[in-house]
Amino acid sequence: MTEEFKTSKPIYSQIADRIIQQFVRGEIKPGEKLPSVREMAIQSGVNPNTIQRTYGELERMGVVESKRGQGTFMTEQIDMKKKLRADIQKEMIETFIQNMRGIGVEDGEISQAVEQFLTEKEKTGDD
Amino acid sequence: MIEMRNVTKKYGKRKALDSIDLIFEKGKVYGILGPNGSGKSTMMKMAAGLLFPTKGEVLINGQKVNRHIAKDVAYLASEGMIYPGLTVRQMIDFFASQYPDFSMEKAEELIQFMNLETHQKTAKLSKGQQGRLKLLLVLSREAPVLLLDEPFLGLDPMVRDTVVKGLVSFIDFGEQTVIITTHEITEIEPVLEEAVILDEGQVRARCHVEALREEEGMSVLQWLKTTYKEGINS
Repeated sequence: MTEEFKTSKPIYSQIADRIIQQFVRGEIKPGEKLPSVREMAIQSGVNPNTIQRTYGELERMGVVESKRGQGTFMTEQIDMKKKLRADIQKEMIETFIQNMRGIGVEDGEISQAVEQFLTEKEKTGDD
Repeated sequence: MIEMRNVTKKYGKRKALDSIDLIFEKGKVYGILGPNGSGKSTMMKMAAGLLFPTKGEVLINGQKVNRHIAKDVAYLASEGMIYPGLTVRQMIDFFASQYPDFSMEKAEELIQFMNLETHQKTAKLSKGQQGRLKLLLVLSREAPVLLLDEPFLGLDPMVRDTVVKGLVSFIDFGEQTVIITTHEITEIEPVLEEAVILDEGQVRARCHVEALREEEGMSVLQWLKTTYKEGINS
């Protein structure tokens, strides 16, 4: 199935987010060749111009490198993965905190709740 | 490039299209949206040279559209198009005999892609198979203009998905000018570059799809609904 896209964000940046997440999770390796624009467009069921923009954006961020006549490759810079992971982490925490504040939980309670959650998980051995 | 200059089409006293001014640029993919009876099919038939404006003119690559435009325009009609007595193969051969730009190579690829059996009589095909065959016939042509009138009509979600992938795989982006009418907006949105809303024969609004998300934080479907709400309240 072609994928579903969220309504509020440009499709090109949603695909960029997905590639970054796959890289951080290790599903795409440093230096790995990405599918061609056309292949990626077919996989995702989107206009190739959108993928062109995704790759352009990722290149500006230094996440991918395009080599003339060879295609687009994931960066081999060691620090990039760390940086991207930190970015994603920060974003996730932000969303979490906003949601907690949204339901009226005080900041002190939030960190307490998180700690409690983690220790309880440890005890029961759940993951 | 397709130009509609002050185009009006009347059926008796009713205006199906009312003073339409639109330009469709070469190599782009456009969606025409709007309720039933808004004039979408009339507009498509006009670009295909099957209907003629009551007033105004339609130009394709600078030439006034007439019946001969079929050589430059691959048109997927929402109704008809397939002859029930023929097999899939005969239908393909018939199209190949009618259009010099028909690529047998593309057709063979599309037979695989669309998972069609060429010996089957078209009358025996399911609605989904017929939909796929129609798309095959149109996408096999290397025409500068592709007009797809309701390509998803009556198709289930799996087949709709195949249609979208077929479009992405076989449209010559940047070369072919493509116009698609549909109600399946969520499905087609990722393929579109621009969208036009028709209502009662007039252009109600138009947008650039990615800019809409970027600047307004809206999908095309939300935009369509908002545009209608505004229309009703005003």
